[in-house]
Amino acid sequence: MGMTMIERILARKAGLAQVSAGQTVVCEVDMTVMIDLQFATAWTPPLRINDPDKVAVVMDHAVPAPSVHDAAGGTRARAFARDFGIARFYDVGRHGICHQVIAENGLARPGEILACTDSHTCAAGAYNTAARGLGPAEIYSILCTGSTWFQVAPTVRYEFTGTRPAAVSGKDVFLHIAGVYGDATNQNLEYGGPGLASIPMSDRRTIATQGAEISADFSTFPADELCRDFIERHSPGGAPFTAADPDPDAVYAAVRTVDLDTLVPQVARPGTVSRNSFPVTEIERRKVDQCFIGSCANGQLEDLAVAAAIVRGRTVAPGVRLLVTPASQQVYRDALRAGYLQDLADAGAVVTNSTCGACFGYHMGLLAPGEVCLTSSTRNFTGRMGSPDAEIYMASPATVAASALTGYVTDPRTELN
Amino acid sequence: MDTLLTGRVWVVGDSVTTDAMYPAFAMKLPVPEAARHIFYELRPGWTEQVGPGDIVVAGRNFGLGSSRPVAALFRELGVAALVAEEFNSLFLRNAINHGLPALTVPGATAAFADGDTARLDFAEGWIENTATGTRLPGGALPPMVLEILAAGGILPKLAREGYIAPPTTGPHRS
Repeated sequence: MGMTMIERILARKAGLAQVSAGQTVVCEVDMTVMIDLQFATAWTPPLRINDPDKVAVVMDHAVPAPSVHDAAGGTRARAFARDFGIARFYDVGRHGICHQVIAENGLARPGEILACTDSHTCAAGAYNTAARGLGPAEIYSILCTGSTWFQVAPTVRYEFTGTRPAAVSGKDVFLHIAGVYGDATNQNLEYGGPGLASIPMSDRRTIATQGAEISADFSTFPADELCRDFIERHSPGGAPFTAADPDPDAVYAAVRTVDLDTLVPQVARPGTVSRNSFPVTEIERRKVDQCFIGSCANGQLEDLAVAAAIVRGRTVAPGVRLLVTPASQQVYRDALRAGYLQDLADAGAVVTNSTCGACFGYHMGLLAPGEVCLTSSTRNFTGRMGSPDAEIYMASPATVAASALTGYVTDPRTELN
Repeated sequence: MDTLLTGRVWVVGDSVTTDAMYPAFAMKLPVPEAARHIFYELRPGWTEQVGPGDIVVAGRNFGLGSSRPVAALFRELGVAALVAEEFNSLFLRNAINHGLPALTVPGATAAFADGDTARLDFAEGWIENTATGTRLPGGALPPMVLEILAAGGILPKLAREGYIAPPTTGPHRS
């Protein structure tokens, strides 16, 4: 019986010839990424760890520290990195949202397993990595022992056909899938097909990241030529890897075809993306108070480039706040050099430090009761970005940028010309 | 390990997210205070009513969202077990790793109302409404997972295996 992409990786890392859905396996973990929050609320240094070369520590959720509570977590993170010889320590200044840092530094490799304390770790599935978020206690356990267990879930495969239209981004592809097919709880998602070549790596990462919003376990893409180029660019001369391809006779819970030619920009209404995302043309004319471009899903350089192109030489509508958070310090510097941040700030956007802050309503950009936000970040759950009485719509960076100019949810195709 | 539990039931609906159970503002608080905000918007005042040994019964896709350890807050309130028609896998793992039994039982929310008494066995995989006699089968937890629960969670297990100093005053809480 053939294996899916994720089954192949789990089998290899469990030392088994074959695994299939329903099985519980123990796997070696190739890279464990810890985030700042892990050190802020409950932290006891371990007596010994498995391997400091298989660990990274990233300061991202609450940086620069917005409270003494978080500052003290930073102190503990620095002490841990120093005491245990963690060379891959991304402290404030070379920091970024962990999934961007993982991508930029080649921490996610095809055919390997990556674990991280953040729920959007499935992002690294864009690089053919079996990556998933685990709780802080479990990450701690992997730090110590080097392995953990997985229950192999059934896999759903999405087969892309056609070519992605220019105004359609990874966000739109994801929202289309979430809107039509709903939740994928206790399922793995696998992407492929002839249309994939028209979906760039940045868009693949958006799609992989947001598997979390439909409750999926792993989201994985094949290591095609685009992926291999990306890996080579971000870890030149890195050790060879063994990519994981699905077998032709792999067993899937479902195989679904997405015709990219037919897609249009999408918007999710507040609360959930699941069966709640629609073509932008069907969305009510809704006045927005805050527009946000950022997060692990959509704070990439390509996202800022699209937003900058839309707002260049124009002005954010009166009464609208446009917040832009680059996904990492590296993205910030690249976007600064390319002039994107200048364009955004000139138009009236507030460009912030790289952090998870606004996306999870922790320490900036919070919403007041009754406000409406259009976000390109990860979650539109009630209360996610501040008041539970605020409404959060979700769309691509292009749609968010276009809407910031008009002051209401707007089809970006009308602003791109 | 005793895997049989009896407790008072609280029923919540489908797709209750981690933002609804462990909101961002509570992440800035010590665990005992953070625990006062579970369901802050969904069921205001619930944390004053719930008591030690109680069981939370939820609908589908329970715990969708973040990796924040909601299970630590439930344990702080004395909740003895979580039952759901379907769990988000990250949320389920967090429960197990914090020593909180979590049992998947299709149809569970229809069999219980707030205040009912439930008996369940998370090793055998069933739950019963003691008043109505309705007994539903659930997904028994695999032996590997039961071992973590038997240790009281993953951190006590690691302490036993010599990875962490045995707790004297408990883990650091800032």
